[in-house]
Amino acid sequence: MTMLKKLPGVCLLLLLTTASVFAVQPPGGAATDGFVPLDSLPPGEQLPAAPLLITAYAFVWVLLMVYLWSIAQRLRKVESEMESLRRRTPGAAGR
Amino acid sequence: MKKLFVLFFGVTALMFAGAPFVIADAPYESTMLLVQKIFYFHVPAWFVMFTAIFISGIWSGRFLFTGDRRADRVAVAAAEIAVIFGLMGLVTGPLWGRKAWGVWWQWDARLTMALLLEAIFLGYLLVRKYGGPGSEKLSAAMAVFGMLNVPFVYISVNIWRTIHPKTSVVPTLGPGMFGAFWFSVMAFMLLFALLMHLRVRLEQQRAALDDLYLAEEP
Repeated sequence: MTMLKKLPGVCLLLLLTTASVFAVQPPGGAATDGFVPLDSLPPGEQLPAAPLLITAYAFVWVLLMVYLWSIAQRLRKVESEMESLRRRTPGAAGR
Repeated sequence: MKKLFVLFFGVTALMFAGAPFVIADAPYESTMLLVQKIFYFHVPAWFVMFTAIFISGIWSGRFLFTGDRRADRVAVAAAEIAVIFGLMGLVTGPLWGRKAWGVWWQWDARLTMALLLEAIFLGYLLVRKYGGPGSEKLSAAMAVFGMLNVPFVYISVNIWRTIHPKTSVVPTLGPGMFGAFWFSVMAFMLLFALLMHLRVRLEQQRAALDDLYLAEEP
């Protein structure tokens, strides 16, 4: 019941905060005037893409492997702790 | 159940092993060329992060209103996965940006909001770990708040002036890129399902361990 009483207040707060999201943005100034397309850069200023691409893919793979390993380690630890506790507490074995 | 898990694991592993070939086979984008291929891991990582956040937020809401501990276990599992995939997005994005924009990072609306979203869920995990008794409810409220931010992060590129590509990029992909992109998305989503399965199991085992300790007390 108290939740229902608070609902109009919450709706009003949401309306007020989301209005700012649709505020008009100022037009682009000097910051965008100096833009140079990537393929128009002189060769000396161009970055090689392959190391960036390889780093990105390697990071994803390594992070996934580490995360999988971390879950497996934590599962193993909890399960071994459960096993030792079950052995220590025969009454808890059936749970 | 175990057979299904092994099957899912095999399919996901095959898809991830095949992904580099599928992505290499996709045509080059005309202005960014090779570096654009980061997109095939970067965007699916955000898809997974947003999905994980929605799951965490919805199940946290359920936990807050019903006190269902199982919902809390799903929420914490999804929150941790959201942080991992958010980190992927936050690292692969600047690697692409360095070549495409000439800078590693720009404090514009999309990038800043994505960083804040990651910070909210990192905060969620820290509250869980160090918040002491009752931190479950506090962190659940954080997850609901984080979930409400997702639509704003997603549409931020369309309503604010930002250097990040707009949401119209994915629907307008060319035929060669379209297939490679959705292949990656499928691989990431399958991986997400597997990680959720494992992570929820970990939470279940932790809960069972707590019960055993309680049973041991006189």
